[in-house]
Amino acid sequence: MLELLWLIPALPLAGFAILALGGARLPRWAATWTGVGSVGASAVLTGAAAVAFLGGLPGTPAYTRTVWTWFDVAGLSIGVSFYLDALALTMMGVITGVGFLIHLYSVEYMAHDDGYSRFFAYMNLFVGAMLVLVMADNLILLYLGWEGVGACSYLLIGFWYRDPANGYAARKAFVVTRVGDTAMAVALFLLFDHLGSLQIQDIMRQAASAWTVGAALPTLVALLLVGGAVGKSAQLPLQTWLPDAMAGPTPVSALIHAATMVTAGVYLIARTHGLFDLAPAALTVVAVIGAVTLLLAGFSGLCQKDIKRVLAYSTVSQIGYMFLALGVGAWAAAMFHFMIHAFFKALLFLAAGAVIHALGGEQDLSKMGGLRRELPLVYVVFLAGAASLSAVPLVTAGFYSKDLIIWEVFASDRGGALLWGAALAGALLTSVYTFRMFFLCFEGPQVTPVSHRPGWHMTLPLAVLALLSLAGGFLEIPRTLAGGAHLFSDFIQSALPPTRLLHAREGYEALCQLASGAAALLGIGLIWALMLRSPRTGQALARSSAATVLGRFWLNGWGFDRLYDLLFERPYIFLARIDRNDIIDGFFNLAARSVLALYAWAGATQTGRIRTYAAGLTVGAAALIAWVVWL
Amino acid sequence: MTLIGLIVVLLAGGLLAAMLGRHHPAAARWTALAALALDLLLALAWVLPAVARPMQSAGPWPLEIMIPWIPSLGIGFHLAADGLSVVLILLTLFLGLASVACSWREISERGGFFFFNLLWVLAGILGVFTALDLFLFYFFWELMMVPMFFLIVLWGHENRIYAAIKFFLFTQLAGLLMLAAIIGLYFVHGRATGVYTFDYPALLGTHMTAATGMALMLGFFVAFAVKLPAFPVHVWLPDAHTEAPTAGSVVLAGLLLKTGAYGLLRFVVPLFPDAARTFAPAAMVLAVAGILYGALLAFSQTDLKRLVAYTSVSHMGFVMLAVFAWNEMALQGALIQIICHGLSTGALFVIVGMLQERMHTRDLSRMGGLWDQAPRLGGFAMLFALASLGLPGLGNFVGEFLILIGVFPQAPILTTLAAAGLVAASIYSLWIVQQAFHGEAREKWRIQDLTGREAATLGLLAAALLWLGVYPQPVFETARPALASLRETPGSMPAPEPVTASGGAISNSGRQGEIDAIR
Repeated sequence: MLELLWLIPALPLAGFAILALGGARLPRWAATWTGVGSVGASAVLTGAAAVAFLGGLPGTPAYTRTVWTWFDVAGLSIGVSFYLDALALTMMGVITGVGFLIHLYSVEYMAHDDGYSRFFAYMNLFVGAMLVLVMADNLILLYLGWEGVGACSYLLIGFWYRDPANGYAARKAFVVTRVGDTAMAVALFLLFDHLGSLQIQDIMRQAASAWTVGAALPTLVALLLVGGAVGKSAQLPLQTWLPDAMAGPTPVSALIHAATMVTAGVYLIARTHGLFDLAPAALTVVAVIGAVTLLLAGFSGLCQKDIKRVLAYSTVSQIGYMFLALGVGAWAAAMFHFMIHAFFKALLFLAAGAVIHALGGEQDLSKMGGLRRELPLVYVVFLAGAASLSAVPLVTAGFYSKDLIIWEVFASDRGGALLWGAALAGALLTSVYTFRMFFLCFEGPQVTPVSHRPGWHMTLPLAVLALLSLAGGFLEIPRTLAGGAHLFSDFIQSALPPTRLLHAREGYEALCQLASGAAALLGIGLIWALMLRSPRTGQALARSSAATVLGRFWLNGWGFDRLYDLLFERPYIFLARIDRNDIIDGFFNLAARSVLALYAWAGATQTGRIRTYAAGLTVGAAALIAWVVWL
Repeated sequence: MTLIGLIVVLLAGGLLAAMLGRHHPAAARWTALAALALDLLLALAWVLPAVARPMQSAGPWPLEIMIPWIPSLGIGFHLAADGLSVVLILLTLFLGLASVACSWREISERGGFFFFNLLWVLAGILGVFTALDLFLFYFFWELMMVPMFFLIVLWGHENRIYAAIKFFLFTQLAGLLMLAAIIGLYFVHGRATGVYTFDYPALLGTHMTAATGMALMLGFFVAFAVKLPAFPVHVWLPDAHTEAPTAGSVVLAGLLLKTGAYGLLRFVVPLFPDAARTFAPAAMVLAVAGILYGALLAFSQTDLKRLVAYTSVSHMGFVMLAVFAWNEMALQGALIQIICHGLSTGALFVIVGMLQERMHTRDLSRMGGLWDQAPRLGGFAMLFALASLGLPGLGNFVGEFLILIGVFPQAPILTTLAAAGLVAASIYSLWIVQQAFHGEAREKWRIQDLTGREAATLGLLAAALLWLGVYPQPVFETARPALASLRETPGSMPAPEPVTASGGAISNSGRQGEIDAIR
């Protein structure tokens, strides 16, 4: 089976080729079967690969297969080579599994769009590129997938190309992430210059022996990689593109901007953890970025009016948790939260899509409300997703994954009280903004009539994802609860080292869980009280001048867009505008013009009048004689 | 003989096209197409195998021909091809076919004379890529310029006279500097060895003082930098590219600029290694300035063709950066960059030509929303824009990446700045697609989507880029020995044949007649 590993990314890529070449001429059923079928087949093959991998020889943590040599120049030999280990398999499972469900959902969601086959072409290309990213055994192939998913993200954000705003959002996403990508490229140059290899496992092996912990070089490399990661994963300071990326169709937001691509930064850091182990300073930076981002995005999520933008900020915030986990060396916890987040965030986006669809394209939360009775199934699954995002204790998967992070941030030798406090505050914030959105959407009076109810293409993925968002957490149960279960961390430990916990803090695990559980419930209770129990208090609070000012500030994402606009966008456009005619060309033209002027001036002396010539002759002769005589 | 054959077929094809074109315009097109197809066949069937799999006895020049021309002055008709030349020959013929295809309908007046000029430019370019005698090289260098001048001046757009004269003045002045440097080198070598010759292999490793070397090197450098074009002597390029007919732009961007790159690779560094080493930091700074400046100016343009023209300044900056790093990785990258820039920029010019044919404007601010009516054209434009911004999977990425990773150990700061050019490239590339194809339709255009001929032209260019993006290895293998022998210290480079310095000024192996390594 593992010989056929290459088929997993190749199938969606083939799907893309068929859809792109067929174009709009392809009949709709053919586009559907190609688009959804290729990802489905990939998912099945991933399942088979997982079985083969788990059933393989014990003690073989990884499997490599080279399909062909991409290029081999001057000692840099790069293969189109795939590397399968527990980490890659986790990612692949989410990409193909959740990806398939989202493709299925899109059949109905995009049914009336005139770009139907173009949509599936881009989506298939995305899945293929994302699979290449996570399966690559070397950093250049990873970079290919990395840029490939960026391009697909661009294509899909701007999918409805007639609106220039969508085009702007798409280009913003691409250019902002490319700033990070360029930092990452420089990291690759440095790695190759010093280690002579770009094969990931090889680099980590060599780095461990060649570099000392905390030295300048690994720190620089790690920080440059973080540059790439924050771009792709929309973390500070490159987080600004993600909320705007919501311009794309909702399934795109679910797949690319929630479940898979935006977590590529998390994957990159986990994949190169061996380098980060040598760079504690860079890890601290990662943790701090995560903590700050999760709080800033949480506050912004609180004030959004557009349901998709709430979810977008929530994604930024949840990826902040993953960064925080990576930063304290809780590798497995980060990946576990990645997986669970993919389930519940895809669910929330798809459910939000069902709401948007039902209301004829309405995304404004203030125009929603009272949908509980109108869309009971969507209500139930949305509640499951919201509960999971808020980490409601015991019954949701989000609790198990987020709690694991909060606990390990507290107990890890790299963690600390401050980071833990941020994580805990974030948990409170999360449940507040989540249930604010939930109540606005489903409670209260109905504002917009329901025009469309989801069919099975949409409800089946919703149901499956709801189940996963609730039950997925049982893969990893802390030992304080019923003895615990560690299926996920046992699985991934062959690829990622365990967290180093401080012995002195191990006794506090139950207490810590109690705190994080309480934070989640407190948040829900708080927003319930303010919105449903005594709405007057809530409205009074919202109308207070402090809340208005802060609210506008947070609505606009802490003013980062304004800042970057002033610092980068305007100066660049200004430079481009003033130099439109190329100042250097001006110099050459000036030279040309002065020659012409000289010519005209000299030509003017040629008047044809004897008198002028005679005068010139006389003056010249006089001057010459004077010169000869007196000098 | 094959090398002469390649050139002669184009020259003869051009003459035939000119004669037939007077009465049958279609015959001229078909003649041009046939001549190029025949040439491509010849190149693939004989030149490529001879170079890619040379006999063991073959020296650094697997394919070579040497006929005495003006022996008293040491001038010979010396043509040769190594891996570097053969790759560029194939690029020339491939893009030549594309430029004939894109002129199929565009050229309605004096078609015969048009194709005559087109084929003669291409013949001159083939000569430049194969000439090993500096005098002969200069001859071809001029040969390719005159018909190009006519292409711009006779079939160009609104401002063609200004553009053509500017093009002519810049390249001519720079060419004269090169001629002076060639003659200078001739005498320096003659005085030092008593052998007066223009033969390139003999001139390699000429001893000279540092000052002389620098002066002569700069003479060559300026000529090639103007052609490349390097910042700040790029200013002729936007005008020439914009005003030229589509085929002219394709040949300019795809091939003429490459003669500059080729000149740097073949002559500047090997002939004057010490001077080039001293000059390298300055050249690399100019290269990076070109990368960033070209990208900025591309973004600022409203004339789509001018925009694409400025991207060449940016992309060719990478090539110059690589040449002055002079290591294998960077040079291989430069070669791929040369090819892929030719293909992708050529394709973008073809697309601009198609738009202009349909809309009679190149003004981006009047376009917009064209995807609705021409999705296939838009799809191709998107693909080539993505290639131009260096998306992995397409050839340009391989070139840029190898250049950057190759140059990095020598100049980390400059490389990082050059890498910032990738961000700038994404700004202007996506801007093209946005302004022309996405967004709202600013005016009510009714345009036709691609015809079969057009789709085939663009499809072939796209397929080539994709192939080079995922499997560029054959190009590397073909060029490896050639690049290796360029990089060997020229002082110790053995001459290909024993030099017979009999009784004075004559020195070349011309008496052996033809040494043609065709099998």
